[in-house]
Amino acid sequence: MKGSEDVAAWLRGRQGVWTERVFVWVARFAVFAPLAMLAWLLGNVFIDGASRIDWDFITGLPSRHAHKAGIYPALMGSLWLITLTAVIALPLGVATAVYLEEYGRTSRLAGIIEVAIANLAGVPSIIYGMLGLGVFVRFAGLGPSVIAGALTLALLVLPIVIMATREALRTVRDSLREAALALGATRWRTTWHVVLPMSIPGILTGAILAVSRAIGETAPLVLVGAVAAIRFAPDGVDSPYGALPMQIYKWTSVPNKDLRTNAAAAIVVLVIVLLLLNSVAIWLRNRYQKRAY
Amino acid sequence: MPKAAPGSWTRQRSSSIGERAVELGLAGCSLVSIFVTIGIVVVLVHEAGVFFADVPLGDFFGGTTWTPQFDPAHYGVWPLVAGTLLTSGIAMLVALPFGLLAAIYLSEYAAPRTRRMLKPALELLAGIPTIVYGFFALTVVTPALKNVFPELGIFNALSPGIVMGVMIIPMISSLSEDAIYAVPDSLREAAYGLGSGKLPAIIRVIVPSAWSGIAASITLAISRAIGETMILAIAAGQSTEMRLDPREQTETMTGYIVRIAKGDVPTGTVSYNSIFAVGLLLFTMTLVMNVISYRLSRKLRARNRT
Repeated sequence: MKGSEDVAAWLRGRQGVWTERVFVWVARFAVFAPLAMLAWLLGNVFIDGASRIDWDFITGLPSRHAHKAGIYPALMGSLWLITLTAVIALPLGVATAVYLEEYGRTSRLAGIIEVAIANLAGVPSIIYGMLGLGVFVRFAGLGPSVIAGALTLALLVLPIVIMATREALRTVRDSLREAALALGATRWRTTWHVVLPMSIPGILTGAILAVSRAIGETAPLVLVGAVAAIRFAPDGVDSPYGALPMQIYKWTSVPNKDLRTNAAAAIVVLVIVLLLLNSVAIWLRNRYQKRAY
Repeated sequence: MPKAAPGSWTRQRSSSIGERAVELGLAGCSLVSIFVTIGIVVVLVHEAGVFFADVPLGDFFGGTTWTPQFDPAHYGVWPLVAGTLLTSGIAMLVALPFGLLAAIYLSEYAAPRTRRMLKPALELLAGIPTIVYGFFALTVVTPALKNVFPELGIFNALSPGIVMGVMIIPMISSLSEDAIYAVPDSLREAAYGLGSGKLPAIIRVIVPSAWSGIAASITLAISRAIGETMILAIAAGQSTEMRLDPREQTETMTGYIVRIAKGDVPTGTVSYNSIFAVGLLLFTMTLVMNVISYRLSRKLRARNRT
């Protein structure tokens, strides 16, 4: 055991104003260097790709001629995917979160579910692709269809929806629940009329986070059979499909300058869709937060 | 909200059967998470079982030659594991110092306003789709690195490793920052009271007491790096030779799975089935990391509550 003076001396260390100043500058660099890299990345892609984007690029079909190719089928495939993914994952995720927060706080089942969700959040996306291949494509016989892709992505983003919704439910004060229960409301009515309406901003933020994740995923789609350069948009849930990231992957993996330009342009479209989604999330959150109780 | 007088819905007649049905329905939905976990294990074990009926376990775990498409085919998984460890190692060499320093800066030095702006900005890095990072690694970072290392190949481990490191910086910085920020001020004050300066207090008191949270973020980042796919599938190459040279091309476990699934190999063959064996190994590796991280972060939460 050291004496307190030894501890104090140990803590004082060799203090130099310069050591600390240098440290702060190095630490500041550690924050700004990654941000600079992000700016470099996006700037580069925009310079490469922005001039390639025009109406024909958005509405055109893939083509062997790089300068004629478009992304319409891939874009529509992605929109189908994220819509179906949201429709599947949102109710499931919100119901799970409500069960864990409002009903089963202390039950054994809730404890097991909690561990399962924590684990699922860390499973690599490619493993979800293998699950989708085994369960939806093969076992359920859905084949390489847009619904099989959407189900796979829905399972992938489920932990995101659950965690965001739980976070939102936790911010509702218990006094409000107690007030509703004291007025004679049942637990479900309390949840439906009091707790959920107040949690909408948080749930919406989670939903948009989930969709943003789903729209950029590539690896699981390769496994469940999305088509790399598809020539038509999906016309139903059982239709073959492409996706924007699949098209980018296809164009990137060919060592051809014009195709790489197309890939950059498609990335610009993808990033713009992501930015739009996130601005909607911020707008919704602000709109609802103004009405906070 | 309906127009009815406030509180009227609380007095509607309610059946306990209806309440019970809702609770059961919600519990049923939440079971999906358990089924997914079980489903992953069942699919991987079942399909890997098909593969291991043809290839002995000893060859898979003992061999150092991975040549599924040659004749005779060899299925020694170590070259793929080496590729994964090499690229993940490079990524951690980037992410660890940057992530930790950023966490310390944001928690201890940045003004509250700066912190509120910079933390979400850093988290943007984790929101960019990995396919975009892959494109960036192949078309921008590799050519740039070639100016420094002229012998660098078009495909190599270094460039995707670095880019992947940048991508996982926010995983370390955000979670570590949470842990460092949560260290009670009484500890800081006690250190200052004993005559410590700010930097020694950070290094000797604050960071050590946030250690379980920091370690949890690091294990989570390693797990993320092991499972990352598209950056490597695009920029790392396809060589399955056993080597640890970051300048050469390499293939990771994830990269191999994508290449085979993309249609390089017809389904139903032994080499196609090998992706499930590789997937099972990958899942096990990330699971171990995730469990360690989960334990560490629970330890942190338990301590903070007291």
